[in-house]
Amino acid sequence: MAQNESEIRYLTPPTVEIKKKKYCRFKKNKIKYVDYKDPEFLKKFLNEQGKILPRRLTGTSLKYQRKVATAIKRARHLALLPYVTDMLK
Amino acid sequence: MATNILKQIQFYKINLSGNDKNNLTIYRSIFLYCIIYFALTEKKIIFASQNNQSNLTYIIMLNQYETVFIATPVLSENQIKEAVKKIKKIITDNGGKIVHEENWGLRKLSYPIQKKSTGFYYLIEFQAEGALIEKLEVEYRRDERIIRYLTFRMDRYAIEYSEKKRKQKENEKKTEE
Repeated sequence: MAQNESEIRYLTPPTVEIKKKKYCRFKKNKIKYVDYKDPEFLKKFLNEQGKILPRRLTGTSLKYQRKVATAIKRARHLALLPYVTDMLK
Repeated sequence: MATNILKQIQFYKINLSGNDKNNLTIYRSIFLYCIIYFALTEKKIIFASQNNQSNLTYIIMLNQYETVFIATPVLSENQIKEAVKKIKKIITDNGGKIVHEENWGLRKLSYPIQKKSTGFYYLIEFQAEGALIEKLEVEYRRDERIIRYLTFRMDRYAIEYSEKKRKQKENEKKTEE
């Protein structure tokens, strides 16, 4: 009995999440300017409804989050990106 | 990089007539004040020198702007060319220098503007003083052919980026040939 208690068996092996550290992709790739003319790139920072994703999810640094936000807003004004949608991706 | 800066520089000269020394000192103090003001706020004047007693020379760095407008898809090709010509004329007539232009052609809009789902995009990069922008935007608003526009001042990185992109395109063209 004592042996069984120490060996706990799972039906499915437990998944231990290994936290990947988030990083700022602009700092890593040394991108200095966020282009509003490239909607495909900006879609990485939007959710399915076309809302801007928060920094805590994307890992962008504050400096570049501001630039991303202005770029997205410019793209929306020029109808390169939608203001509101569903199923963007 | 140095040549890039030189392109953006325009020379301005002020001639102060009269030999009145008192007048000159007043002018000089006003001038110095202006330099400090611009240096702190707009970073426009980057260099100032004094040639003679009556000649003051200073250099102004022009801003670089980028403007994109969307024309209605109802127009024929000639009408679009006309509209583009008109906008370019406004820029050049008011002391602007066109650096680059790009025709994106007919594109689908991601949401309808004035009940239209497509539009002709056109991009112009130019160097000018800030006063031009207001005139340009008034002209945009008056023109019924233009349904959307966007103008903004490019910073250092934006200029670098656009130059890099242009060079890449040129290289691609060369390799194709």
